[in-house]
Amino acid sequence: MIDTLIDITLMVFLAVTAFAIIRIRNLFVAIMLFSIFSLHSAGLFVVMDAADVAFTEAAVGAGISTVLMLITMALTRTEKEKQPVHHAPLPLIVVFITGAALAYGTYDIPAFGDPDSPAQVHVAPRYLEQSMDEVGVPNIVTAVLASYRGYDTFGEVTVIFTAGVGVLLLLSGRNNRHKCDRDASSGHLRGKSDEA
Amino acid sequence: MKHNLILRLIAKYLFPIIALFAFYVQFHGDYGPGGGFQAGVILSVGFIFYAMVFGLKTTQQAIPMGLLRVLASLGVLIYGGTGVVSILMGGNFLDYDLLSQDPVAGQHLGILLVEAGVGITVSSVMLMIFYAFAGRDMPVDGEGQEDGQEEKQ
Repeated sequence: MIDTLIDITLMVFLAVTAFAIIRIRNLFVAIMLFSIFSLHSAGLFVVMDAADVAFTEAAVGAGISTVLMLITMALTRTEKEKQPVHHAPLPLIVVFITGAALAYGTYDIPAFGDPDSPAQVHVAPRYLEQSMDEVGVPNIVTAVLASYRGYDTFGEVTVIFTAGVGVLLLLSGRNNRHKCDRDASSGHLRGKSDEA
Repeated sequence: MKHNLILRLIAKYLFPIIALFAFYVQFHGDYGPGGGFQAGVILSVGFIFYAMVFGLKTTQQAIPMGLLRVLASLGVLIYGGTGVVSILMGGNFLDYDLLSQDPVAGQHLGILLVEAGVGITVSSVMLMIFYAFAGRDMPVDGEGQEDGQEEKQ
């Protein structure tokens, strides 16, 4: 009972925040609302017993990405979103049809926590029954991620590493070049003042 | 935020708690929710919080960009190295059973190493991305770079 109440409350908050993000034109407010949206999602994940996903959502969604968006806003010096020049009905129709199709598709999805759903009958029983003997780690999620699916997790770590390298190549390199330009121009200026 | 005494004081006491929680999530991942990724993200959030209150320069004195680059690569190396060691012991890539005499002890050791690698890489990459963003002290259009710098300090 109380779970359902919390679920409904959080979902209502999520929907309200989402509509507010669409309506608002002030970018600072929109970024803060994005952060609140992530925090509500984290709350939902906790209700669904996925505490580790909630950690990630709260730290990355509400924390790091908010800070990065705020820095970007400060760098680009835009505080207002541009007003749309026209109200096209076609995108709205497409979005409604897609949304309706997706909602219709959810009727084929097994119920939440259904023991007979395809995801639960493939390799999950083996993990649940034998991971304690084979891996000896009480948290089965860790056993699956780090041991049974260690190769996939290695790929994920490599993706994160590559993302970091990419951001460094894009941002630091540009900054250095600007610094060089600035040094060069200031040296040029100094030369001029010396002449004067 | 030099004059914001309450924020500075709270940040000072909150940072060790965040870091401690990150290490708890890292090393308790075998028993409770969490693991290397979550721990790394939480630790980097702690450092970003510190940098927001005490400034980027202070944080970069403690953890310079060069160190982060080394750490980010080191994490991937630890993960891959664990896999290579298990090949050298005569097993498959990332087959932790052979890391120790007892297969279960080997699994424990392997998971500990692998999660440590994930944690190191994730925390340093997240902080690296933050440094890269926050270190750009001028707007993209190149105007007003002087007052942009003053805002940062």
